[in-house]
Order: sequence, then C-alpha cells, then structure tokens
Amino acid sequence: MTRDESPPVLELVGVRKTFGSVTALADGSITVHPGSIHALVGENGAGKSTLIKVVAGLHRRDSGTFRFRGADAAFNSTAEAKNAGIAVIYQEPTLFPDLSVTENIFMGRQPRSRAGRIDKQAMHQEAARIFARLGVTLDLQRPAEGLSIADQQIIEIAKAISLDAHLLIMDEPTAALSGVEVERLFAVARSLRDEGRGIVFISHRFDEIFSLCDMITVMRDGAYVATTPTSETSNDELVTMMVGREVADLYPKDLAPIGEVVLEVKNLNSAGNFHDVDLSVRAGEIVGLAGLVGAGRSEIARAIFGVDSYDSGTVRLNGRTVPKGRPAAAIRAGMALVPEDRRQQGLVVEASLARNIGAAIRRRLSRFGLITAGIENKTAGPWAGRLQVKSSALSMSAATMSGGNQQKVAIAKWLATDPSLLIIDEPTRGIDVGTKAEVHRLLSRLAGEGMAILMISSELPEVLGMADRVLVVGEGRISADLDRADATPEKVMHAATARHEQSRQEASA
Amino acid sequence: MTAAIGAQPSHPIDPATGPQDEGRTYAAYHRPWWFRTFVSAEFLIIALLVLVWLVAMTSVDNFSGPLTVRYLLLDIAPLLMIALPMTLIIVTGQIDLSVASTMGLSSVLVGILHVQVGMPIPAAAIMAVLVGVLCGAFNGFLVAYVKLPSLAVTIGTLALYRGVAVGLLGTTALTDFDPRWTDLATSSIGESRIPAIMIPVVILIVTFTVLLHFTPFGRGLYDIGHNEQAAWFSGVNVARSQMTTFVLSGAVAAAAGVFYTMRFGNSRGDNATGLELEVIAAVLLGGVLIFGGRGAIHGVLAGALLIGVLSSALRLEGVTVNVINIIIGLLLVISVLAPTIISGIQQLRSRKTQRKDTSGRTGTGSTSTDPSPSNTDAPPVPATAAPQESAPIAPPRQ
Repeated sequence: MTRDESPPVLELVGVRKTFGSVTALADGSITVHPGSIHALVGENGAGKSTLIKVVAGLHRRDSGTFRFRGADAAFNSTAEAKNAGIAVIYQEPTLFPDLSVTENIFMGRQPRSRAGRIDKQAMHQEAARIFARLGVTLDLQRPAEGLSIADQQIIEIAKAISLDAHLLIMDEPTAALSGVEVERLFAVARSLRDEGRGIVFISHRFDEIFSLCDMITVMRDGAYVATTPTSETSNDELVTMMVGREVADLYPKDLAPIGEVVLEVKNLNSAGNFHDVDLSVRAGEIVGLAGLVGAGRSEIARAIFGVDSYDSGTVRLNGRTVPKGRPAAAIRAGMALVPEDRRQQGLVVEASLARNIGAAIRRRLSRFGLITAGIENKTAGPWAGRLQVKSSALSMSAATMSGGNQQKVAIAKWLATDPSLLIIDEPTRGIDVGTKAEVHRLLSRLAGEGMAILMISSELPEVLGMADRVLVVGEGRISADLDRADATPEKVMHAATARHEQSRQEASA
Repeated sequence: MTAAIGAQPSHPIDPATGPQDEGRTYAAYHRPWWFRTFVSAEFLIIALLVLVWLVAMTSVDNFSGPLTVRYLLLDIAPLLMIALPMTLIIVTGQIDLSVASTMGLSSVLVGILHVQVGMPIPAAAIMAVLVGVLCGAFNGFLVAYVKLPSLAVTIGTLALYRGVAVGLLGTTALTDFDPRWTDLATSSIGESRIPAIMIPVVILIVTFTVLLHFTPFGRGLYDIGHNEQAAWFSGVNVARSQMTTFVLSGAVAAAAGVFYTMRFGNSRGDNATGLELEVIAAVLLGGVLIFGGRGAIHGVLAGALLIGVLSSALRLEGVTVNVINIIIGLLLVISVLAPTIISGIQQLRSRKTQRKDTSGRTGTGSTSTDPSPSNTDAPPVPATAAPQESAPIAPPRQ
C-alpha cells in the first residue's frame, strides 16, 4: 500500500462467478489506486476477462466484495457501470461506422442547444478540447469507417474522458496495434494516469507491461495469486507466478515408444491465418501446439483436417497426400479432429448419442449402402461405455449433457473412426477437473498404443504435462519447437509473446 | 458387449488398465416403444387423418361412394410425389418454392414436344424430366455453392420457371395428346379402383423412405438441418447433399408435371399454379420442422392424405375452392406454429429445472466463503455434487 493517502478507485476482494457447473472466477481480487496503471496478467482462462466483465456490469458476481471509489457497487448493466465512471476499451472497439468521430464520442448524450437541437458547435469544441488534452490529432468530422483500430481505440478513450471516467480498463488493447500506435496509446495512458485516473491494463506482452505499468496483479485458475510493484519483480518471476502449480496428478503422461512419422505438414500457408507451417507428428507421440488465443493454432488444425482450405503447402498422412478442403477424405485417410467448440462443431447436440457417435463412420457402418438404428446402437454402445459417458440411454440427445460428458461423446465419435492421427483442440476446456484427468489419461494411453496426437491447448500446464514435444505458435508462425525436457513455461511464454521479428531472430540464431 | 458389427472399436483401449474401463452398457432407448410410437407428431397427424376420414365417411354425402378413393388418389398423386423430395429439402433447413412452376414448365414442354414437334410421349417426358433436373440443379447450385438463402432463390425461380412456361405457350392450351397415354394416366390397377399412377408413386415413396431413413446420405441431411457446421466437421459433404436434394426435387416435380398433363390431356403454362403451398403444407403438417433436423416420411404421407381428404370432402359438400384454400392456409400456419409452441413450453420447463440446478451448485461452491447477499436464496444442497466441480477451471469462453 504505497498510495494509501487516497482511497482505491477499484477494490475487488474474493469475487466469485460461476456459470452452471463451471467456476470462471473463484477468487477475483484487485486493488487499483487513482493515478496508477495496474497490469492484470494471467494465462488464457485465468479469469481476467470474467473479472473485467463483473466490473463492467456484464456479469453479476455470485459473491465477494466489489467497491468502486470507496462505495459498495453492483452494476446490473454496462450502462450503470458507465454512468458510475467505468470505461472499458476492448481489443476491437465498436463504433458507428457512418457517424463522424465527434458524433461517436457523444453518441446518445449529445449536447443540446436551447431549441432542443443537437449543438454541433459545442460538441466539436468539446471533442477538440479532449483530443488536444490527449495530444492526438484526428479529423473530427470524418466518419469512423475506415479508421485504424488504434484510432478507434483513441475515440473510445476520448469517450471515456468526456464521461469523466475514473477507471479505465483496457482489455488487450495492443493486440492489433503497430509499434508507433502502441507508443501513442501509452503516451495517452500516461497522461490519464497523471490526471489521477485509475487504469487497468491487460496484456500478454511483458515488455509492454514493464514499460507502462507500476503495479502488477497476477491471476491463475480464476484466482488471485499476487500483487507486486513492477519495480520489484522480473519477467521470469511473473511467468512462474502465472503458470506455477502442482501438475503431478492431473497429467499422467507415460513415455511411449515413438514410431514412424504419421503426419507431415510442409510449408502450409493461409493468408491472414498462418504462414510457412512445417510440422510432423510421429506414432506414439503427443505434440502440443501452444500459443495465445488467436495466434492461429486452431486455424492450422482446421486446415490440416480440411474443414478450411489453405493457399499452399502439403499435408501427408502415413506418406499419402491428403486432399485439401475435404474433411471426408481426411477421415478416410485416418485423421480425426475433436474441435474446439463441441456444441457448434464437435457434435450435433440435438441428435441422439448413438447418431453422434456413429456420425463420422456412417459409410463404414452401412451394408449395401443402408444403415439402421440397430447398427448405430451396436457401435455406439461400446464406445460410450469405454469413455464412461453418463447417460441413461443411447437415444438421449447430447444437448442437456454437461460439458465434460459432451466432450467424452465427441472423443468417442472420433475414436470410433479408428484414426492414426488424432487432432484434439482444447481437450479439456470448460470441463471439470475429474473429467480433465480422465481425458489426459486417455490421451496418454492412446499414444501408448501408437496413435499420433496433435493437441492444441491454451493451458500451459496441460501442454507441458502431456506433450512429448511442444510447438509454440506466435502470430501465425511456429516460433519454437521444444522437446519435453526443454519445454519450460518460461520458454513457451517467451516464444508465444515475443513479437514476430524477435521470434524470427531466435529461429535463425 | 455386443457382437462386432461394422466398425466395432478396433482401437483397443485395454480393459485391464483401470476400473474406469469397465465398459458400462446402455439401453438403446430412454422411452418405451409405445411412447415413441404414439407420442409423436407423426402419430398425431395420422390420428387426425383417420378422424377426418371417419367424419367424412359418416356425414358427407357420396364420400363413401366407390369413386371417391379413385379421384382422391388421382388428385393427390402429384402432391404425394413432390412432398417426398420436399421433405428432404425441409429436413436440411431449406425450402423449394419453385416446384409448381417446374411442373408447369414440364407440362408445357411435353405439350410442345409431343403436339408441335411430334415426339412420342416417352421421349417428350424424358426431355421434360431432364429440364426439371436442370431447374433443380440451378436452384441447388445457388443454394449449395453460392450459399444464397433458398427462400429467396426459389421464390425467384418460381417466377422464372413459370414465366418461361407461360412465355413458351402463351395463353393457348395444347390438348391433342396420344389417347393411349392419357387413358393410361387415369387407368386403374386391374379391377380395383386404385389408379395405376399409384404404382410409380409407391415406388417413389419406398425409395425416398430408404433414402431419408436408412442411408448415410439421409442421416447427413438431418445433421445439416440441425447444425451445418458440425455436419461438415463430421465429413458430411454439405454442398453436394443440398445439391442432390434440389435436383431430386426438380426431377420429381417435372415427372409430376408429365402425369398432370396426361391426366387432364391438357398442356398449359399455368398448370398446377399454387401447388407448392399445398406441398409445403402437407410436409409441415406431417411433422417436419420448418427449421430442419426433424421429420419422417410416414408423417408427410399422412399430411398429404389429410389435405386430399379434406379438400375432397369439402368439395363434395359444395364448399368453394377459395374456402378450401383458406382452410389449407390455416392448417399450414398451425402446423408451423405447433412445434414452436411445444418447444417454447419445453424450454420454459427446462429453464425452471436448470435454474434449480445452477443455484444448487452455486450453493455447494460457496460454502467455504462468506455467503453473498445475492446468493442467499440458494438452498443448501446435500453433498451429491462432486467436490471437484467447485475447483477453479477455465471459463468456456475468454
């Protein structure tokens, strides 16, 4: 408590938020003082976004203390939070493209002249005053359409200032910005700090955090870990705080004999998604694909499996080229993809358990081109049993099942195709810890039986605990290839957060 | 465990490695057979059909007469035929409004090719069906590959195909058909009163039933109707399946047009105008969900028969065509509304149970910390929920 002369602008203690059976935030705690830029860091899924949404009035907390400017607060809507003086600037601002910069700033609360009409002159003068204060020059009359994301964020900040926001939350504002734009944003943030406002800054990039912020709060698994002044910590210490935990039980990885190359991807390119991707997975090997959300990991998996097409490159499975853009051909070749979003991609949740488990092998199940419910049930039953799917009957739909149970159905569906390569995207996202360990045991056992597994995960401990080899994807490129022994959280985080230029230097060094 | 059929899991997960590998077994159905049979939209419409039939038999003069069944079947043969591919299309969540126009175009083509060009009827019929295939392929291409909404596409081709049909023949009607074929179209099977056209109709019914209910293709159609993305991820060729359904629709509509022409001995540009509404009404009445993913052929057959019986009975009662159209229109609206209302009720119920469920879990989760004011209504829950569930894990979406 270095600034205890003034009360904190934001104070959260032990805030909890659950969605059904999933606890998104177990212990959200943060104290932000006026005149301070406070970094909030943690892995994907650590609960940062949920915490921000509670503050912004998007979610109601289940329990815990939430004080804003010294008074207890509970916002039922984003409008209430905004009126109280909380402004949130998201990665991608949402402006009205046809309205001018000024109109966007004053949307919904335009100053009125005496006749009740919008006082355009007053509006422009006020806007000009704000931009002068921010030290930014922007044509106030032009429509918002076509402005860069950086400029759009500045408009959001201007809006916040015109509202006289006491707390400004920036959720990964720099993700889409260039170096110069980042500098300008930082200059604006510092001037707001000097005016005595509180700022929360979320970023995955440590260099930015160390150059901008004075305090850092670390979160992990939906809970508060520590708060430290930036001057008293280091890069490595932060990473350790972000990822450190007991992993022994959750990741029962047996070392399996590694066999022949099963999947070989050469020079895969897809404009705007990923570039020059080379990777291979051998029989019995679990290869982890790590990186930040949005780095292009899922896109690579989708292209390999053929649900998306790609621009150039080759995908070979067991030595044979797999045609691009055709999932049916990939399945025939021996590939399986358990996708990221099981409700939208992995399963037809309205359909029965039996139909779902048989969905990818219908042609194989059919006799003389005909398929019956009897055949599907006979196939689905043993698979559901092997994965311990909790259900009273095979005719139950997957819609009402829990996330973990649905994931088991999705895995059963794909194991039923008897694949030589299993691609599994976020195998344990949103499922309870018990099922998590079950899924990990299963993956380890499948690898032991000679299956090649490509596992995408945003949870670093999962990647490090399960993978024989870790490929780190950063900004659409594979920025590191680490053996199990070499793969430390620090190395993976560095490779994932390093900017593209740096990662290229590392690669060539 | 059951005997191996098809792709019995050949990837062995060794049953000896752990207790969780003891495979449990599952009942095939969570409802008894009678529940599945009698508590369904299909059974409801079949019951309604029987009811309407009985009422018509007892209270409508001449309905029980010997010719009623014959004319009823002759009248609804085109409806029955086209309802089959329409079922496939609606199961995928699409619609084809151009079927009656395709019928009209096919009727005109048969007339021109036979009466004016001098082709024999079978050759003219084949040409007409081929054009029907093209009509369907055009719809299918725009829907499946260009990804345009089928409602917009087929309302456009409804006007387009009808326009071509009327344009080709103007207001004239061609009636000079080979009597052998027009007689055949209205002939009966042997001594019975069943029209001969029912032979190809039954063949079509069997074919489409197998196609929809007993092939991988048919399974894929339901998947597409529920969730196109998940279907694509499972290896269903979404575009090709959609294309196929529209081509089938065009071909069957054209064949129905040929029958229509032969039956009335009459080729006109405005033949079968408005029939698409009756077809869609029959399909939706039969329990097919307009949003896709649900429906069965036997329900559709009952829906088509119901429309046939109703209009036949009402006509015998001297009710005008306009009133019959009003009734069919009402039936259509009701059949679209019914599943929405039912699922609305179901959602309301499940939301109630879900709320109970969630508050229960929250109660277990926050036992260690101080209870918040917002959470006091949560009842204390016996320790049935797994303790792990309260452990911190990642949220479903960042």
